Amino acid sequence: MRSLLLVAALAAAAHAEPLAITGATVHVKPGTVVDNATIVIDNGKVVAVGAGIAIPAGAKQIDAKGKVITAGLIEGLSGVGLVGVELEASSVDGRFGPVDPVHDDPIHASFEARDGFDAREVGIAVARIGGGLTTVIAAPAGGLIAGQSAAFSLDGSATPVRAPAAMHGVIGADGAAAAGGSRGKAIEMLRELLDDARAYGRDKGGYERNAKRRLIADRLDLEALQPVLAGKLPLVVEAQSEADIRAVLRLATQFKITVAIVGGAEAWRVAADLAKAKVPVFVDPTANLPANLAASDVHDDAVAVLDKAGVPVLISTLGASGTARTLRQLAGNAVAHGVPWNNALAAVTTAPAALYGLTGRGTLEKGSVADLVVWSGDPFETSTVVENVIIAGVAQPMISHQTRLLERYRKLPLSR
Amino acid sequence: MYNPVMRWLLLVVWAVLACTPKRVVAVKVEETKLDIVAPWLDPAGFWPRGTLPAQRSLGEALADPGTPPVVIRGARVMTAAGQTIDPGTVVIDKGVLKYVGAAEGAPEVSGAIVIDGTGKVVTPGIIDAHSHIGVYPVPSARAHSDGNEAVAPTTPYARAEYGYWPQDPQISRALAGGVTTALILPGSANLIGGRGFTVAMRPARTASEAAFPGAPSTVKMACGENPKRVYGEKGGPQTRMAEYAAFRTAFIEGQAYVAKQAAYAKLKELWNEKRMRAAELDGKRKDHKRTIPGEIAPEPPPFDLRLETLGGVIRGDVLVQIHCYRADEMASLITIADEMGFKIRSFHHALEAYKIRDLLAAKGIAVNTWADWWGFKLEAYDGIPENAALITEQGGRVTIHSDSAIGIQRLNQEAGKARTSGQRAGIAITDDTALRWVTANPAWVLGIDSVTGTLEDGKRADVVVWNGSPFSVYARAEVVIVGGQVAYERAKGMRSSDFELGHGTIDGGK
Repeated sequence: MRSLLLVAALAAAAHAEPLAITGATVHVKPGTVVDNATIVIDNGKVVAVGAGIAIPAGAKQIDAKGKVITAGLIEGLSGVGLVGVELEASSVDGRFGPVDPVHDDPIHASFEARDGFDAREVGIAVARIGGGLTTVIAAPAGGLIAGQSAAFSLDGSATPVRAPAAMHGVIGADGAAAAGGSRGKAIEMLRELLDDARAYGRDKGGYERNAKRRLIADRLDLEALQPVLAGKLPLVVEAQSEADIRAVLRLATQFKITVAIVGGAEAWRVAADLAKAKVPVFVDPTANLPANLAASDVHDDAVAVLDKAGVPVLISTLGASGTARTLRQLAGNAVAHGVPWNNALAAVTTAPAALYGLTGRGTLEKGSVADLVVWSGDPFETSTVVENVIIAGVAQPMISHQTRLLERYRKLPLSR
Repeated sequence: MYNPVMRWLLLVVWAVLACTPKRVVAVKVEETKLDIVAPWLDPAGFWPRGTLPAQRSLGEALADPGTPPVVIRGARVMTAAGQTIDPGTVVIDKGVLKYVGAAEGAPEVSGAIVIDGTGKVVTPGIIDAHSHIGVYPVPSARAHSDGNEAVAPTTPYARAEYGYWPQDPQISRALAGGVTTALILPGSANLIGGRGFTVAMRPARTASEAAFPGAPSTVKMACGENPKRVYGEKGGPQTRMAEYAAFRTAFIEGQAYVAKQAAYAKLKELWNEKRMRAAELDGKRKDHKRTIPGEIAPEPPPFDLRLETLGGVIRGDVLVQIHCYRADEMASLITIADEMGFKIRSFHHALEAYKIRDLLAAKGIAVNTWADWWGFKLEAYDGIPENAALITEQGGRVTIHSDSAIGIQRLNQEAGKARTSGQRAGIAITDDTALRWVTANPAWVLGIDSVTGTLEDGKRADVVVWNGSPFSVYARAEVVIVGGQVAYERAKGMRSSDFELGHGTIDGGK
């Protein structure tokens, strides 16, 4: 406890004075690398970055010679903060079954992840110090529409960086389960939902006077979908098969909404169309199993095909919580399968920042939010560890449930 | 299941067959060249005399005699036996490592496939001590779900071999990840789920073709949350209290079975002596008398599939593999094993093994764990990434296992991560030690370490050629050799399972 307080005090002190990190190889943004660079941070922002930058008087200094610095990684589809202990319902939020048992309704558009997020969840520190994650988009899952995600900084703050970040939905096999067993029916329900939400939005007065036909969703769900219909909030849809992905593209055209695809086992088959429509795809580059009878054309090198075609790729653990820290390993595996290194870095920094409108995050350019990670080497390598994590200019404690267990059990027999 | 009438009938049938001059059944089996002999046959089972097919012995080569030799030249050779030879030469002939060493001194073999290993790294094949490939195949479908006989908490009669689907598309993907051998286990719904199945990771038509020849039998047990969750509302066990009572009850039965068999063996011995004496009295010195007037031959105890497994554990013939997370639970199981007089081969998952690493090392019990999984349930809450390194430092035996058809494809990377975590905690882990986590040590867990798991002269040729350091995130297996046969070449791509033929592009279509 004392060490925690000490770190908190140090963190507070660090916030008060400028911070200069010197000597590292800095990836200012994907493709822009400066060797032996200095980064100056003040008031939570990057105020200068480059070689031969003067260190302001009174600045606290971190020597990072021989280290690598990138922007903090962003997990665009995370269970961190929502899912604690997966098998204990009391520590799980925003995970819906096919049908909501209370309302008998698979539409949870009005659910807000910010209400379910637990900023004190032990997985947050684990993801931060093991994986170099500084921002997660805590996303609900399940049902046909799972609800609204929220972006959180992994510095223990309970206030989201951005909420809502996106609306999340599911079609395909899971969506079919929510729609009574038919994949086509799931898409039809989604279309009806968007259509009803549009009708509601155009005539809220009529709705309030009860002068409308029966609509597919409740008022707050219809309300929550208005920013989606206005093109201000992306609709992020899990879809694995080529048929389902094409259906999502048709919905996007029909309703003029912004969409992104999650999973996308067969997305590589639609790569040209996805690239043309600038539709981002969330991919776990290691997910190469034909897990689903209806989406079985799965390839090892799919992530490289998508990337090469110009599809914005977001590398993701797809909702993981405990293993969130493996995001960087997934990025490394994308590289091993043919994605250029800089594109893999973009897929865990700038790409999620762009999709969710996280302005000033994902890069270390002058003026950016000072979310960064000091790595002992190549961030994607198995031999690399996280040395420091800085979020909004504040050096984070490198302490978690796991580091405390290690301390206690480092020597046997145990001391009292 | 045992039916005395049926047994009697079969004995009559056998007697008739045995008395016919040609003994048709036995001859047929011997003449058959097809390698479809089930390796898990119970020698003590229900076979009419002379019909038990020949069983292969541990280490018998899988390669056809016609398979060409393989020579790998100029690679960095990591033996997992304490040696790195750089550059080294590996010569494989008739499924066996004929030579592992420096270029000079390598024997000449004619007609060999020659692999240029310049810039490459050669290691033993990766071995996974915990997989459900084949019993939980993809596409995930109820029709293929054969991993948990979740009808009763103890099903020691169940066997993963019978659930193994050799056309699982996961098999070729594991192979492409450098995996040459895996222990296929029943799931962890049950306290005693049944026998495991040790496979060579290669294309096969039947489970027996996939079987690792002569590998000892194993049994899968599970403690803690899973059996409680599955049976809590279905008659129990509802608590850990009853779980451990059930373990003890089962092994008390196993003890009784073994005792009965021992008693029968003793009686039979006495009976044989008696028959010999009776024959001597009749003046036929070298012959037993079949019967002795007025005396009844001892009856063998009933052959019982359930008790064969439990008794096999007591006898030490069946290697005990236990899914268990918490330190206190592992300690409880060790106490039960001590009470019942059997040995635990290894704990699986074992996220809290580091807390009792002194006990585990002293008992010689191996630990199969992950590099960084934790927290998905409360018994996994105290998992730390230094687990493997801490146990290794203590002198314990560690493997990095997968329990995942995705994870199995990169156990090399997982070993790399576990090493890095250890090194950060000040525990030096050599390349050789980290490699042993996924080769020699799992070979020991499976009881096949005398024939595979390291690159040493005379061992089975289970070999991987990597494009660089196997611990790197960028590492890819370029050539994988199983039992001397080139089973995967990255340049040629993966072999589709029968199921995948004609499915889109995986089979070369559109």
